Amino acid sequence: MREIAKACVIAAKDMLTEIRTREVVSSVVVFAVLVIVIFNFAFGSNPQAADLVAPGILWVTFAFAGVLSLNRSFVLEKEEDCIEGLMVAPISRESIFLGKFFGNLLFIFLIQVIVIPVFSLLFNVGFFNIELVLITVLASVGFASVGTLFAAMAVSTRARELVLPVLFFPVITPVIIAAVNASALILEGGGLGDITQWLGIIGAFDVIFVVASYLIFCFIIEE
Amino acid sequence: MKRRVLFFVSSGLLLASFYMVLVFVPTERDMGIVQRIFYYHVPLAWIAFLAFFVVFFASTGYLIKRKPLWDHIACASAEIGLVFISLMLLTGMIWAKAAWGVWWIWEPRLTTSLVLWFIYVAYFIVRAYVVEEERKARFGAVVGIIGFLNVPLVFLSVTLWRTQHPPLTIFTEGLAGSMMATLLVCLFAFNFFYFYLLAEGTLMKADERAVKQLKEESIRRNP
Repeated sequence: MREIAKACVIAAKDMLTEIRTREVVSSVVVFAVLVIVIFNFAFGSNPQAADLVAPGILWVTFAFAGVLSLNRSFVLEKEEDCIEGLMVAPISRESIFLGKFFGNLLFIFLIQVIVIPVFSLLFNVGFFNIELVLITVLASVGFASVGTLFAAMAVSTRARELVLPVLFFPVITPVIIAAVNASALILEGGGLGDITQWLGIIGAFDVIFVVASYLIFCFIIEE
Repeated sequence: MKRRVLFFVSSGLLLASFYMVLVFVPTERDMGIVQRIFYYHVPLAWIAFLAFFVVFFASTGYLIKRKPLWDHIACASAEIGLVFISLMLLTGMIWAKAAWGVWWIWEPRLTTSLVLWFIYVAYFIVRAYVVEEERKARFGAVVGIIGFLNVPLVFLSVTLWRTQHPPLTIFTEGLAGSMMATLLVCLFAFNFFYFYLLAEGTLMKADERAVKQLKEESIRRNP
C-alpha cells in the first residue's frame, strides 16, 4: 500500500510538471490530430471507405502518439538528471516503475480524451459508448506497461527516438490487432458479447506485461 | 572436442538430408516439386523457435546470475534464430507463391513469425545503440524476455483475426512414410547444426569480449 502511495507521488510530480509547462500533452495532441487529418486525406474522400478504416486510423494514431509521450516522460528525467534523484530517494525501483506507469497512463488518457471527440467529428462516427471506453482503457494499460519499460531503456541508448518505436510497435501488435477489431465490431453495431475474445486478449496482455514490466524494471535503471 | 563431434555429426546429417530431400523422397502429387521446400521450412521454423526459447532462458539466467556467459549464449542464439527465421520466412514465401499464387498471405503462423522477426531485429538494434558492455547485456536480456513472453499472445490474436476469413487449405492428411523419414532426418540435422552453431557463437562472443577488454586496457596504458 505504501508503495502505491509513493508511486502516486511520482505520478503527481509528472502531472505537476506537465501542468506548469504544458509541453507533452499539447504537442502530442496536435501531432495526433495531424495524423488523423493526414489519414483523412488518404482515405476520407468517400464515406464508406472512411467507415471501414476509421478504427484502424484511430489505433495507429494512438500508437504513434503513445510513443511520443512515452519518450518524453523519460527524456525529461534524464535531461535534468531527475532519474538520479529518484534513484537515491528512499523508494524501491518498483515504486519508481509504478509511478512512471501511472503518470504515463494518465497522459495517454488525457490525450485520448481530447483526440477521440476530434476524431468522431472528422470521421462522422459516434465514439461515445461504454464498450469503446472499455477497449480504450484496457489497451492504454497495455501501452503504458511495456511503454514505460521500453522508454526507460531507450533513454539510456544513443538513439532514443529510434529505439523506442522499433521495440514498442512489434511488442504491442496483439493489443493493436485486438483493439482495432473490437472497435470495428462495436462501430458496426455489435455489443459487449461480440468482443469478449478480443477483450480477453487485451486483458491477458495487460496482466502479463504489467507484472513482467514491474518485475524487470529494476534491471533497467540500476547504475 | 565436443564441438568437433557436433560439427561432424551435423555435417553428416545435413549431407544425408540433402540426398533425401533432393533424390530419395518422391515428388508430392498435388504440389509438385516445390513441396520439397517443406522439408527445410519446418526444421527452420522449429530451430528459430527453439533458438528464441534459448534466448529467453539464457536472458533470465543472465539477469539472475550476472555471468557474461549467459549473455554470450543469449546473443549467439538470437543471431542464429534471426538467420533461421529469415530463411523460414523466405522459404514460406516461395511456398506461398507456388501454392496460393501470391508471395505473402497474412496467415497466422507467417504473421506471427514476421512479428517475431521484428522483435529480434529490435534486440540487435538496442544492443547496437548501447555503449557499455554490461548494460548492453542487461538491455538485451530484457528484450529477450519480453519478446518471448509475447509469442503466445501474438499467435492468439493473429489466429483470431484471420479466422474471421475463410480458412486456407491446411494439411489434414498425414505424411507418407518416406516423407516423414525425410522430415525427421532434416529435423535431426538442423538440431545438431543449431547446437554446433550455438557452441561456436558463444565462444566467439567470449573471444570478442576478451579482445575488446585487451584493447581498452592497452589504450588505458598508452593513451
